[in-house]
Amino acid sequence: MNIEAIKSIYFFEMARMRRTLLQSVISPVITTSLYFVVFGTAIGSRIQSIEGVSYGSFITPGLIMLTLLTQCVANGSIGIYFPKFTGTIYEILSAPVAMTEILIGYVGAAASKGLIIGLIILATASFFVDIRIAHPFMMVLFLVLTAITFSLFGFIIGVWAKNFEQLNIVPMLVVPPLTFLGGSFYSIDMLPPFWQAVSHLNPVLYLVSGFRWSFYEIADVNPVISLIMIGVFLALCLSVLGWMFKTGYRLRS
Amino acid sequence: MGMRPYIAASPGNNFLAMSSHTNAVPMPPIISVQQLTKTYGNGFEALKGIDLDIERGEILALLGPNGAGKTTLISIVCGIVNPTGGRVLVGGHDVVKDFRQTRSLIGLVPQELTTDQFETVWNTVSFSRGVYGKKPNPALIEKILRELSLWKKKDNMLRELSGGMKRRVLIAKALSHEPEVLFLDEPTAGVDVSLRRDMWEVVKRLREDGVTIILTTHYIEEAEEIADRVGVINGGQLLLLQEKTGLMKQFGRKQMKLELTEKLEEIPPSLAAFSLSLSEDGMSLTHEYSHEESQDNIASLLSALTAAGIHFRDLSTRQSSLEDIFVALVEEKA
Repeated sequence: MNIEAIKSIYFFEMARMRRTLLQSVISPVITTSLYFVVFGTAIGSRIQSIEGVSYGSFITPGLIMLTLLTQCVANGSIGIYFPKFTGTIYEILSAPVAMTEILIGYVGAAASKGLIIGLIILATASFFVDIRIAHPFMMVLFLVLTAITFSLFGFIIGVWAKNFEQLNIVPMLVVPPLTFLGGSFYSIDMLPPFWQAVSHLNPVLYLVSGFRWSFYEIADVNPVISLIMIGVFLALCLSVLGWMFKTGYRLRS
Repeated sequence: MGMRPYIAASPGNNFLAMSSHTNAVPMPPIISVQQLTKTYGNGFEALKGIDLDIERGEILALLGPNGAGKTTLISIVCGIVNPTGGRVLVGGHDVVKDFRQTRSLIGLVPQELTTDQFETVWNTVSFSRGVYGKKPNPALIEKILRELSLWKKKDNMLRELSGGMKRRVLIAKALSHEPEVLFLDEPTAGVDVSLRRDMWEVVKRLREDGVTIILTTHYIEEAEEIADRVGVINGGQLLLLQEKTGLMKQFGRKQMKLELTEKLEEIPPSLAAFSLSLSEDGMSLTHEYSHEESQDNIASLLSALTAAGIHFRDLSTRQSSLEDIFVALVEEKA
């Protein structure tokens, strides 16, 4: 195991986060705070509480998930895409590192960034609404597993993307609708039966539901199923990456 | 130049078939390329069976036109491109199976100026050392940066540097993990005189430390100046691999030009045995000969000239360069 290499890639990536603090930390925090002001405080005060939880508190886990998913996919993909784009990838490919070590470096950094931002948002949210965490351990487990899984997913996109347009398609066009329709802002019980069924096809529903359960013990689906679904998605990402590394897909011709 | 003794290829040896040269040094080659082929996904055959042994501590220049396969060859040795067939050993290890051992030995300076624009010189060079699995060594990084006149720029972002400075940074990155083999892919493309001079200084010092250096170039003077051996690649094949001095001897033509004191109307019959040509104005004679032809030939020509009453006021000789040899070879095979 080339530990030095993993450390180098990890800290090199984390340094970029420090350098672009405004864009990578402050901007998601401000955006999410606006959600709390608008949906939590302004509109939320006129919405009745859901299963005994005020609307502002209810949407907090979903908002954290929304940001976590977007950030992890974006960071995971740009980390590997950027060296591909500038050509500096030659160095990583010619260094004595295995693809798994490269993966740990990049994905570890992307997931760490996502987690840091997620926790900052959680802290910010506590200024606006009442937060209660019923199962802190499960909360952290959901957070960490989701961060890793979606950073891996981002890495796949980064290897696959041939231009910036393709790179941005998933974080911009796929993740937000899935999150909005995955019950971030409502309980799917509120939907007509047909759309409830459709929602169960949305992987993000399981993440938001399980994560919200760790806060308020209310869930759209059984939290165990949520965990299994994250595990399935994690395994799926790992097998795609395994295939990519074996064939050298778009990395090593 | 030329640390190792030149061993003449036996006469009549077909140079085109020579894939590995004869060498008195018993050490195994640091790099051994065996029957290497590469066909890219689009069907392009970049390498068509290359055999090449590179000796420890030598400077090998690979010449060839654009698209000849030089960069593909280097990329396979360094692990950036997967071979289609054949194999490559570096320090006795297979570049695919034992990539950790082989890649640790190699430093690569790529052809393109690819840099992390927003990083500082110091960070990017330290990063390189880290990815190669070496513990941080600020003293060594400082030494490398000073040698390449980059020390004052260590805190500058790469995008603030000129092209020549970026090239220096790429060299520093390649040296940061103390490689035993250094690949320089077109190192002097678009580089000014002072950097060229600095670069050859570094190359000389590295070779004194026993580092093996492989460079690709279009500039034949460069190969002529610093290489021990020259390989010519074209169309994915190694057309030639030989000691530079031997190459010059075998293929280099010599020309002797005599500036005459008086106009000569025609070459007298007594000189017909020599390959002579007379200039249009009748004021100069040119004699063409090869290395193999003995020096006696020139002495007898000069005495024959005196006997014929032809006097000259000046004499110059010219030796064909690697460039002439290279052009002749590439055209012959085209």
